[in-house]
Formats: sequence, C-alpha cells, structure tokens
Amino acid sequence: MIAELGHFALILALCVACAQATVPLLGAAWGEARLMELARPAAHAQLAMVALAFAALTNAYVTGDFSVAVVAQNSHSAQPLLYRVSAVWGNHEGSLVLWVLILAVFGAAVAGFGRNLPPALAARTLAVQAMIGAAFLAFILATSNPFARAFPAPAEGMSLNPLLQDPGLAFHPPLLYGGYVGLSIVFSFAVAALLEGRIDAAWSRWVRPWTLAAWVCLTAGIALGSWWAYYELGWGGWWYWDQVENASFMPWLVATALLHSAIVVERRDALKSWTVLLAILGFSLSLLGTFLVRSGVLTSVHTFASDPGRGLFILLMLVVAIGGSLALYAWRAPKLSPGGLFAPVSREGAVVLNNLLLCTGAATVFVGTLYPLALEVVGGGRVSVGPPFFAGTFVPLMVPLAVAVAVGPLLAWKRADLGGALGRLGAAAGIAGAVAVATLWIAVGDKVWGAVGLALAAWLAAGVATELAGRLRMARASGAGLGRRLAALPAGEWGMALAHLGLAVAIVGMTASSLWERGHVGALRAGESMTVAGYTVALRGVAEVAGPNYTAARGQFDVAVGGRPLMTLLPERRHYHTAGDQTTTEAAIRTRPLGDLYVVLGEPDGQGAWTVRVHFRPMVSALWAGALMMVLGGLASLADRRLRVGAPSRRRRVAQAAAPTA
Amino acid sequence: MLCAAALLAGALLAAPPALAQPIPPAPDRSLADHVAEARAQALMRELRCVVCKGQSIGDSNAELAADMRRLVRERIAAGEGDAAVREWFRARYGDFVLLDPPFTAATWALWLAPPAVLALGTAGILLWLRPRRTPAPVAALDAGEEERLARLVEHPAD
Repeated sequence: MIAELGHFALILALCVACAQATVPLLGAAWGEARLMELARPAAHAQLAMVALAFAALTNAYVTGDFSVAVVAQNSHSAQPLLYRVSAVWGNHEGSLVLWVLILAVFGAAVAGFGRNLPPALAARTLAVQAMIGAAFLAFILATSNPFARAFPAPAEGMSLNPLLQDPGLAFHPPLLYGGYVGLSIVFSFAVAALLEGRIDAAWSRWVRPWTLAAWVCLTAGIALGSWWAYYELGWGGWWYWDQVENASFMPWLVATALLHSAIVVERRDALKSWTVLLAILGFSLSLLGTFLVRSGVLTSVHTFASDPGRGLFILLMLVVAIGGSLALYAWRAPKLSPGGLFAPVSREGAVVLNNLLLCTGAATVFVGTLYPLALEVVGGGRVSVGPPFFAGTFVPLMVPLAVAVAVGPLLAWKRADLGGALGRLGAAAGIAGAVAVATLWIAVGDKVWGAVGLALAAWLAAGVATELAGRLRMARASGAGLGRRLAALPAGEWGMALAHLGLAVAIVGMTASSLWERGHVGALRAGESMTVAGYTVALRGVAEVAGPNYTAARGQFDVAVGGRPLMTLLPERRHYHTAGDQTTTEAAIRTRPLGDLYVVLGEPDGQGAWTVRVHFRPMVSALWAGALMMVLGGLASLADRRLRVGAPSRRRRVAQAAAPTA
Repeated sequence: MLCAAALLAGALLAAPPALAQPIPPAPDRSLADHVAEARAQALMRELRCVVCKGQSIGDSNAELAADMRRLVRERIAAGEGDAAVREWFRARYGDFVLLDPPFTAATWALWLAPPAVLALGTAGILLWLRPRRTPAPVAALDAGEEERLARLVEHPAD
C-alpha cells in the first residue's frame, strides 16, 4: 500500500514537473507575472511529491518489504540499518529516485532563496530545471519503476552487494549526485540566460555559489569513492582510471574550470559566453556520466544495470539536452554583449590558461574513456586504455597547471606585471629547487617524476604563502594588528588559499604513493613473518568471527620495527552467506608518519598457510587530507559575505516587517 | 620450462619441493629477488585482467588475474626482459591485454587527440586575444582633417 502511494507520488511529481516546465516559460515569454508565479509553488510541490516517494521506498527497505522487487533484490533482514537505508540508492532504480530527489531539493532551494532574482530569469531557470526533472521522472516511470511488486513475494531478500556494504559507499552516491545536480542548476541558469539573451550582474552573482556548491559536493563525492576503493577493494589503489571513475572526473574538471571563469564574469564582466558554454558542458558531461553508468554500455564494477531499453531512453535524453542546449547556444550566444577587455598577462589571462588546461584534460579523459567503445562500435578491434595512457597524456597537462596556480593569484586584473609576480615567487622557486635536489638525492626508483611532483607541491604551497603574505602586508596600511588583519581577510580569500594548498598536499600524496609503493605477497603460517619497508609483519593466528550478516576469518598480525613490537593488525576475509556466498577482504590499514601499512589476508591454501599481502603506501593520507582541504576551501568561499549580496536587503525587509509588532 | 618451474618452486617457500609432480595452481607469491619482483609488479600494472572490468592484473581478485600474475613472475624469473613479457602476453591476448595501448593504425587518433585539442585550444585563444593586443591601426589624418582637428581643439564650440 505504502509502495503504491510512492508510485502515485512519482506520477504526480511528473505531472507537476510538466506544468512547471511549460507554464512559467510561456509566462516569461508573454510577460505574464501570474504564469511566471507558478514556478515557485510547483517547485515546492515537486519536492514534496518526490520526497514522499523517496520516503515510501526507504520505508520498504527499512521494514524489509520483500514484496517490492528492488527491495528483495538488494536487501536482507540481517543487514544492519545503515546498509538497509543505503541499499535504497545502491541499485539502478533507487539511485534514480535519489537523483530526482536531490534535483527537486535544489529546485526548491532556487525557488526559496531566489526571491530577489529577476522574475523572468527565476521563472525560466525553474522551468528548465523542471524539464530535467520531468525527463528523469518519465525515465523512472517508463523503464525503472522502483515500486514494482514481486509476485509471489520472497520470504527473504538477496542482500546488497557486500562490496557496497560500507560507510564510505553509503555516502558516496548522495554527494556525487549533489555535484551532478548542482551542475544542473548552473545549466538551467545558463539556458535561461540564453533564452533571455543577456547576462547581467544578477546572473553571475547567482551562478557562482551554485557552481561552488556543486564543486564541493563533487570533490567530496569523488574523494570518498577513491578512499573506498583504497580500503575496500583490497589492493591499496586509489584511482584506477576506470570508466566510471572517469565519468565523474570529467564533470569535476569542467566544474573546476567553470568555478574560475565564473569569478571573471562576476568581477570583470568578461568571458560570459565561454562561461555559459562551460555550464552547458559541465552538466552535459554529468548526463553522459549517468548514461555511461546507467545504460550498461560499460561493464564495470560500478554498473548495476544493463538494459538496452534504458540505454536508448538515456541516449535520447542526452541528445535532446546536449544537442538542444548547444543549438540554443550557437543561436543566442553571439547576441551576448562582449564583456570587459583584458591583456593576455592578467588575472583573467591566468584563468583562461586554467580553463584551457582543465578543458584539454577533460577532453583527454573523454577520449580515453570513450575511444575503446567507439573503436569497438566501428569494428576496429578491442583495445584497452588504462593508467599508462593517462599518465602519459593527462599528467603532463596538469604539471603546467600546477605551476600556473601559484602565479595566477599574484597577477592583477586587466593588465599585470608577470616579471613582478615571478620576482615575488623567488623564494618559492628556491624552496621548490631545494626539494627537487633533495628528492633526487634521497629517493630510490622513479627519481625524476618524484622530484617533479614534490617540487611542484612545494612551489604551489610556497606560492600560496607568498600570496597570503602579500595580502597581509597590504592590509598593514590600515594599522591593525596581525591577528585582526588575518581575521579581516575575506572568507573567499581563505577559501582559495586553502583549496590551492589542498592541491599541493594532494600532489604530495599522489606522487609518493604511486611512485614509492612497496608490496610483498607470500604464504604465512602461524609464527612466520615477512618484512616490507622495514616493518616485520608476523602472523600470530587466524580466528573465526561472526558479523551481523557474515562470518569472517580474522588474522592477527603482530607488527614490529627493528625487533620492537609496534601494534597488532586484524585484517578480515569476510564471507557473506546471505549474498550468494560472496567474499570480501577488509584490509587492516594503519597510518604511520611516512605512510600507510596495508595488510590483506588472502585465501588459505588448505594446509595451514594463508596468502598474505603487505603493502606500504607512502604519504597516501596526504591525498585525503588534500581533498578535505579543497572541500573546506570551497565551503569557506561559499560562506563569503560577498556571495550573498542580496541577503542584507532581505534581512532589512524582515527587520522592517518585525519592527511594528515589537 | 623445468628451469622456470624450479625457480618458481624455490620462490614458493614451500618446504618440500615436489618437482616430480606438476605445480598445483598455487596462489601468487612474490619472487625472492626484490629487483625482479619490482619489475614483475610494474608489469602487472600494465597488463589487463582480460575477464575483469578494466582492472590490471595487479589489482584484481579474479582467479585468471592470479594465474596471469604467476605467468609474469615465471617469465621474469626465467630471465626474460620486460618487452619480451609484454610481447608474450600480446601474442596470446591481443592488444586488449595492454593497458598502455600501442601506437597503431587503430589508436593513432587516441594518442594524437590530447595534443590536437591543446593545439586547437591555444590557437583559438590566441586568435581571440589578438585583436585586443594590437588595436586596429588608425590611418593617418590627411592635411584637411589635421586642419579641422586643430580648429576643433582651439574652438571646441564649432
């Protein structure tokens, strides 16, 4: 009964979305305020309906209603509550409901926060947003109904894929979808601006925070997914250049470019047409990612569904959305007034370089991801495009980008003095050179790339420090103390510094963990040991333990350095009897000052010995720390007062309204 | 082959070396020689597990990946060079097994696409910036215009 209510709620949401997609658009075209006004209540109603459907679906999972087909396929009564809830989006149908829920939340947020937007812009934005919502709702209802019943209802469910029964992966999809959907808002704003035929200050002031919010979600989602792959898949790798990873990485690269070009639109009224194109591309790549993952075109760990009917529907959606918006762009963009002028060497010029390198990077990932598919389609044979290709093509693009990141913020708007900026970076260059020499001196193995990576990180970090120091020196004229001056820096300034510093920290992690990894695989009996990177790992014994829905062999390893006992590690080999007897490895990971010790218990040989893998991943924590700094930087920037230009006027209105009663 | 099997058995650390019997499909074990093992691990990251979903044999739990890892170690232990090992796998599984796609008639577009995009993007930006850098040359005024300009400067009201 509750499941049917959910189904009806989805149908109602589709009806509401169709109304929201058309009526306000007509209102904006005819200048009818009352028709435009429909957009806001419709956005709220759409949210209410989708939330109701989502709640009905969650209820089916939590109560274990196995008469609902997807619940029977993806849940089990012994599954812990967290994984019964995360199972809602751990499959094709449910993940789409989550998609439209986040879409509706963002749509309602635009309706709620956007009261000071020009009415026609708000109406058009919400209408475009509703078109996306309507397309996805129709897709769910036509091809992927999450409320379909199974008859006869099984007594027990088939359980969620054990690899997905993990806290990291419980939160990875909502964050990632937050990023994709956030880009849909920016896309809607861009299409609305093209329909209006102008881009003004209100537009850019609105686009930047939404881009920033989407970027923060995408960054956090990708980092969480990468972290999950690191500890759950049992090999210590954090990025496989897997097609599904690439599908989320392409929108991130374009969103990063957009984030920077949107600043130029806001401050300098330049790069407007280009920013609109980036907004369209960013969301198009999100849709493409959804298509690649959801259609089953790819066969990869992440793919839950493979159904050609679904693939065709999404492909059609892709063609209409991308083709339509690009056609609109080609028609309308030339009419956008050109913005402020700038010299090639300027802050704007630095952003153009940033955009060139990031977009070329996105194109590289795009070609590398789709080339094998395309080649197979035209009958050109099967090739694999793996990490070595991206190391050879993508990484060289990011090296000049990282060099430029330190320089860009030191350049002035409009016309800058490159020599002066480089002069200020003399100390940074010295530090980077010293780091490079030290790396070449100390390191073993791949010295050259190691020196390049670490020197880049040092250059970048020193560049950020130089920029901050310059800001503080400028503020010294005000006569305030250092503490006051630090506090007086705008939040956006801190955000940029933190995010750029996070990039430097992440580069350290990427370089060290991929170049200087140590690993050893061997067979150990109780009492035997192996030594990796100075750590002696001895197997004391293997015990059987029982979890809520699995049994596990838990190895007990004593770790010692130079004969001195250090710690005990307990990796597990879990056997999920509820999920078709699947086995997962739970690596034991301990972070040490110089890196992570990573111990995996493999299979037994039946004669008392176990396969044991020990890896040492240098500085891999720096990678997560760097990603976290980027996310915090984005949040700090989002908190900047300058982004809420409209806010004081609203507060004033509230204050005025409240005054008479007080 | 027997030589390789003996080396492998030595690397297995198993106490009784049962050379007479074929080696059972044992799980993978690192080679005793650290340099050889490092080479083997680097190669494992370049070879695709052909039944997996885009993983290298170095990061896969599949049985076939374990078999392929053993083959890599066997060939390295037998003294083959990296290129020979790669070629051996390529001869058996085709280009599909190489995660580093070779530059061939089928892949030239793949390898040339990134530099082409970069070159096109750079050219586009330079073209777009050029009119700004060099303001359109202004034709010199002729004598009549000079005279009119001088008049205007002296008597702006005219």
